Amino acid sequence: MICQECNQRPAALHFTKIVNGEKTEVNLCEVCAQEKSEMFMFSGQSGFNFNNLLAGLLKIDPSFQKPSQSPFQQEEVLHCGHCSMTFPQFLKLGKFGCAHCYETFKDQLQPVLRRLHGGNFSHNGKIPKRIGGDLHLRKQIDELKVSLQECIQHEEFEKAAKIRDEIRSMERKLAGNVEGGK
Amino acid sequence: MSLEHFLHQAVSSWMSEEGPDSDIVLSTRIRLARNFEQYKFPTLFSHEEAKKIIAEMEQLLKTTSLQKFGPMELLKIDEMQPLQKRVLVEKHLISPHLAEDSPDGAVLLTENEEISIMINEEDHIRIQCLFPGLQLSNALQAANEIDDWLESHIQFAFDEKYGYLTSCPTNVGTGIRASVMMHLPGLILTQQMNRIIPAINQLGLVVRGIYGEGSEALGNIFQISNQITLGKSEEDICRDLMGVVSQLISQERSAREALRKTSNIQLEDRVFRSLGVLTNSRIIESKEAARCLSDVRLGIDMGYIVQMSKNILNELMILTQPGFLQQYAGGQLRPHERDIRRAALIRERLKMESEKIKGEE
Ligand SMILES: [Zn+2]
Ligand SMILES: [Zn+2]
Repeated sequence: MICQECNQRPAALHFTKIVNGEKTEVNLCEVCAQEKSEMFMFSGQSGFNFNNLLAGLLKIDPSFQKPSQSPFQQEEVLHCGHCSMTFPQFLKLGKFGCAHCYETFKDQLQPVLRRLHGGNFSHNGKIPKRIGGDLHLRKQIDELKVSLQECIQHEEFEKAAKIRDEIRSMERKLAGNVEGGK
Repeated sequence: MSLEHFLHQAVSSWMSEEGPDSDIVLSTRIRLARNFEQYKFPTLFSHEEAKKIIAEMEQLLKTTSLQKFGPMELLKIDEMQPLQKRVLVEKHLISPHLAEDSPDGAVLLTENEEISIMINEEDHIRIQCLFPGLQLSNALQAANEIDDWLESHIQFAFDEKYGYLTSCPTNVGTGIRASVMMHLPGLILTQQMNRIIPAINQLGLVVRGIYGEGSEALGNIFQISNQITLGKSEEDICRDLMGVVSQLISQERSAREALRKTSNIQLEDRVFRSLGVLTNSRIIESKEAARCLSDVRLGIDMGYIVQMSKNILNELMILTQPGFLQQYAGGQLRPHERDIRRAALIRERLKMESEKIKGEE
């Protein structure tokens, strides 16, 4: 496959972009993709230049646009249920509207994150203590549930009752944590 | 502690104190981006949401405090004069974006100005720790302590897969930007910088001049920072940056030694000519001032100039910017008047140095 930008070198990077709610393939060679990201790399203010990067990577090509738009087209545009941002809006601003946008646009986000973060797409750093604590508690509850099942299978009902009480108290603690957090 | 205090006490700790490797590294900064879970990002949030965030931060300051870092002052952008904001930008305490485009913004500052917390900038919260010299792990530790303190009162937007959620996906994950400000005249004089910058970019780090526009780095001052925030731990990000910075330090040191060997007298001549310009000029543009300040600082670090404080470069690069000059003049100045003021301020500052020497004798 040949790069659509220079029509010379073989395409090494493949993206999917959304134009008017329609998915389109974008294929660029290393050189053209690098050129598009250069501006962004040298800059200080990330937001503005991230726009350039996105605008470059996902440049809306008139040939991809449909000749006639159906009046129902807009309903097909994916948008965030919490802040109503659409993906084209995100591309224009280079910024999300709220924390829920990450979930809403997760399919489109994956290639963007990989490109921005050297191929990485999942967090490997600090975890808030509050969330870390809950994770720990949830894991313990899951383990207790397994041993509860085992006790029931072996008809050790006295032991099972003890474990059940323990699970209940831990679940109350978990619920308390969530409430306390809000 | 008032606004006047912040502005009149013009010199922050990162400008005046000497840190590790301060012959080459001027300062180290760690920034962490965080957002409240329940409010929309500043991209779209309402005026009411912005006010609520500031109110929550004010409440938090009233009820708790981080004793270690001392008292903090909250300054609201809409209550500040344009010149006051500009001075804070020139001191790197707030971003141009907060000063210009964030009417609902605010900043929390500690007395020594090592810590600033921007509120309602691109993200709801941006914790910044700015330390003199090369102190990546100290700055990271301080930023983490502040983050832990805030986190015990605020529920931050966090996702198990994506980490801390930020308004721009360039910051998602750790939300960290670690940067080191370096004075690299040796690498410029030996024409190595153009070769080094692309190599550093290959490693996922960004190099840029922090004063001046485009590719020109005024005062030979560069900022090296991480680009990747997702998929690596905060410690690894700092360690990778540290690796590159250590290499740059040793390359700069060998460039300086090479210059001393091959062109000792030319270098000495250059240093003292620049000192002459700074001591005697009556009109000086920022570009010329930056070049001469860089030469003089190099002269101090290489021992050509003795008995002059090293921090003169850091200090005067900041104090001779338009905002500070106007603050010093007590009003608006036209560009030509600024150049006269700049020359006067530099002469005065250098006179203080020679008086200090006389005092010691
Ligand atoms: Zn190409
Ligand atoms: Zn949203």
